[in-house]
Amino acid sequence: MKLRNIRVALAVVFFTLITWLLLDFTGTAHHWLGWMARIQFLPAVLALNVVVVVLLVLLTLLFGRIYCSVICPLGVMQDIISWLRRKKSRFSYSPALTWLRLPLVALLAVSMAAGMGSIVALLAPYSTYGRIVANLLQPVYLWVNNGLAAIAEHYGSYAFYSREVWLRSLPTFVIAVATFGVIAVLAWRNGRTWCNTVCPVGTVLGYLSKFAWLKIRFRADHCKHCGQCASHCKASCIDFKNHTVDYTRCVTCGDCLDTCKFGALSYCAGSPNPPKGGLDDSKKQPGTLPSKGDGGIPEKGAGLDRRAFLVGGAIVAAEAALAQAGKKVDGGLAAIEDKAVAVRTTPLTPPGSASARHFAQHCTACQLCVTHCPNDVLRPSGILLTLMQPTMSYERGYCRPECTRCSKVCPTGAIHPIDTAQKSSTQIGHAVWVKANCVILRDRVSCGNCARHCPAGAIMMVQLDPSDDTSPLVPAVDRAKCIGCGACEYLCPARPHTAIYVEGHEVHKEI
Amino acid sequence: MSNKTYTRRNFLKVLGLAGATAATPAIVSCAGGDKPATAATGTDQEPPIGKMTYRTNPKTGDRVSLLGYGMMRLPTLDAGGGSAREEHDAEIDQEMVNRQVDYAIEHGVNYFDTSPAYCRGRSEHATGIALARHKREEFFIATKLSNFSPDTWSHEAGVEMFRNSLRELQVDYVDYLLLHAIGGGDDAMDEFNQRYIDNGILDYLIQQRDAGIIKNLGFSYHGDVAIFDHALKMHDSGKVKWDFVQIELNYLDWRFADEVNDSNTDAEYLYGELVRRDIPAVVMEPLLGGRLASLPEPLAAKLLARDPGHSVASWAFRYAGSFPNVLTVLSGMTYMEHLKENLNTYSPLLSLTDEEMKFLEGVAAEYVSYNIIPCTACQYCMPCPYGIDIPAVFGHYNKCLSEGCVPRSKEQADYQRARRAFLVGYDRSVPRLRQADHCIGCGHCEPHCPQRIRIPREMERISRYVDALKAGNAEGLVDPHLRTED
Repeated sequence: MKLRNIRVALAVVFFTLITWLLLDFTGTAHHWLGWMARIQFLPAVLALNVVVVVLLVLLTLLFGRIYCSVICPLGVMQDIISWLRRKKSRFSYSPALTWLRLPLVALLAVSMAAGMGSIVALLAPYSTYGRIVANLLQPVYLWVNNGLAAIAEHYGSYAFYSREVWLRSLPTFVIAVATFGVIAVLAWRNGRTWCNTVCPVGTVLGYLSKFAWLKIRFRADHCKHCGQCASHCKASCIDFKNHTVDYTRCVTCGDCLDTCKFGALSYCAGSPNPPKGGLDDSKKQPGTLPSKGDGGIPEKGAGLDRRAFLVGGAIVAAEAALAQAGKKVDGGLAAIEDKAVAVRTTPLTPPGSASARHFAQHCTACQLCVTHCPNDVLRPSGILLTLMQPTMSYERGYCRPECTRCSKVCPTGAIHPIDTAQKSSTQIGHAVWVKANCVILRDRVSCGNCARHCPAGAIMMVQLDPSDDTSPLVPAVDRAKCIGCGACEYLCPARPHTAIYVEGHEVHKEI
Repeated sequence: MSNKTYTRRNFLKVLGLAGATAATPAIVSCAGGDKPATAATGTDQEPPIGKMTYRTNPKTGDRVSLLGYGMMRLPTLDAGGGSAREEHDAEIDQEMVNRQVDYAIEHGVNYFDTSPAYCRGRSEHATGIALARHKREEFFIATKLSNFSPDTWSHEAGVEMFRNSLRELQVDYVDYLLLHAIGGGDDAMDEFNQRYIDNGILDYLIQQRDAGIIKNLGFSYHGDVAIFDHALKMHDSGKVKWDFVQIELNYLDWRFADEVNDSNTDAEYLYGELVRRDIPAVVMEPLLGGRLASLPEPLAAKLLARDPGHSVASWAFRYAGSFPNVLTVLSGMTYMEHLKENLNTYSPLLSLTDEEMKFLEGVAAEYVSYNIIPCTACQYCMPCPYGIDIPAVFGHYNKCLSEGCVPRSKEQADYQRARRAFLVGYDRSVPRLRQADHCIGCGHCEPHCPQRIRIPREMERISRYVDALKAGNAEGLVDPHLRTED
């Protein structure tokens, strides 16, 4: 009882805050809660964050898989879905699917080593949750925010500003919907099936928790074989007939402790048959009264309700087209055609990611940087091998020199923290001029917007024909100076295909 | 320097004139009602009926209401309730146009000014519908030959444009017809000749006047003063007799038009030239597209402190109305509130005293120091072929200047607040793809601007400023107006 309440309270706090961290595009949440992403197991491993990994291992060796019940948002999400179902006693013991669990751990390890980010992203629990939030919940969050912004605007307040809601990547959206669907159905029916058969982190921590100091232990003499504990165990890990608990799957949720009316189960250290009463290890009073007011889980926890499902994809607001021939009457706005996403031989990875390989090997595609990118540059990649890992494109904005947000929020070290000075001297790609699209030649106007806005001063306007003084001035890129920020591509007036675009570099270099 | 003193003396001289002549209607109205004059013109109350100040057209004897209704900023059905100027796609709210026109006529307004170009070409039609519901003798209609596009420069196209105006307006004669905005274009003289002289359109219009289809022929002028002088020379030589001329006149343009933009001409000169020839002046932009209705806070406070009962805008209307040679003052009244406010100001006009004139002169001088971009949101520059919303960009920048949200230093006390207000407000006022940074500087807009704003240059400096503000780059924050001045 005591244990369960503490677990529920902590889980709700963690879950709410980490969800907010993933949603909040303003950076406020990250300022206070950035550490919550960093203490996730897989990101900490990838970031070689020894301190966190050691602490998590110790935590598990002390208390069992409490990580899965409290810190992992995907785990808590499943608990919430499972809890939403009225029938709490629907579970039963089933043997572990070890044949599936161990190969999946191996698959994750191999994928990580080989830089197959898409497989890592599919298996990693925190990333799976991040993807669900980024694709299903953030649009709702943004719409609410935009509503508030409209109200604020009405009252002349600048407290909220609106953000465009758009579909960053269809494949990722579909995968997010599918994973949420599968996990939700599994959780609705059988509780923690995902955690105990698929999740490699769950498996690793599970084998560690075999050696945990504190565990759920049976006192066979008290057991009346009523089976209540097993029917309430969402991990399906209590074999009450044999008085054993499969510790690789137990997530130390404490539900069974509450249901056992005979004191046959306790969470304690040492032998299964200690003195009397419940050595409800957490020292304090051996909980005698069974679950008092069990309104334990605040409504808040249900934030991600089933309705999130129904929320469709982000809609790119189509510019209101207005056919306007020559200038005959005043006013009106010329239609702006949407820009096509440039086809890049080498995809762009954000400054700080060092190289495409480093990035692919370290990124778990949690989408934290994507939801945070204030310039709408980052979006999940559509390339199979790095599917869902962020990549960059410049139709909606460019990688502004003052912004290093993605490098600050990345929990895995896929994007190393950098400062603005380092950023402005890191070459992630270089601009390429596409003569055929340039409005200077196509529309015969003077332009030079790319050169005017290049923060690196890498674009200059040169005579198209050096031997002819009257030939138009066209942009020329000094590749040595170009850092690949994309200001030129974003501000190029040629649509839908821009006349200048950035080609990525596989290895970033300092200039 | 000597030039300055001259202007100043001249200014005061005309002031004296204005004060003397305008005194008459004011006294008459005071005798009519027993309420004190200030209470009768308070801008917040229901406007009185039958108190409108009228001016007489010396040629026709028309009694024209001092308040003229400009049909350039008609109300729309857009939920936000903007005018047809800002809400590019929204449908015109005909019902509201009708109501406001009825209300205006009921309160003595009888001059309605439109053009085939206004509201993306929909203004004449809407004006026609509203006015057709009244007796033809009850109103004067002014429209224009708005042949801006080179493909309307032929004789046939000009004739067709005029005939179409008659159809749209549902009338068989036009009271006031204007050559629309002469003085614009890269080569203003060439454009003037091409639009009106070489194609014989001016001769055609003179014929129409002789035939009684046009009662008064005039022109509206912006831009190159050589064209203004040229047109008046034509008048002097008897080539064409102008019955009226429409100019921009307000307390900023009176003496500071050229300080805001050195290629503009002070209204003092324009007005003086018309007075010399006894040509009545129709005033446009009395509020400079609303800029004189929303002054920078310290200036607005000054006006309101002096007279809390009267709106900031009412000062500008009283100013324009105080010149005796002004036939009517046009105001594009989108909302009923505007209409009521202006009716109050002119029912009857309370002319400014010499002292008040000087006070406004001081306000104007101070206003100039804000470096506000002289855009009146007339939309003549639009549509920009690359999609920039030019008036919205300038509007936001000016608004921020007025509200003190254009921080010039990171050290200033309210830097964070001002920065946020500027940047968040910018995205609210102008969609990102229509902001200044997308201006490529092609210059298509520039010849169309009646205020002769160097639009691409201003776009570039705003873009630079915004960039500096976003990046928190202190150097970029210093007044860009001063930096790019050449």
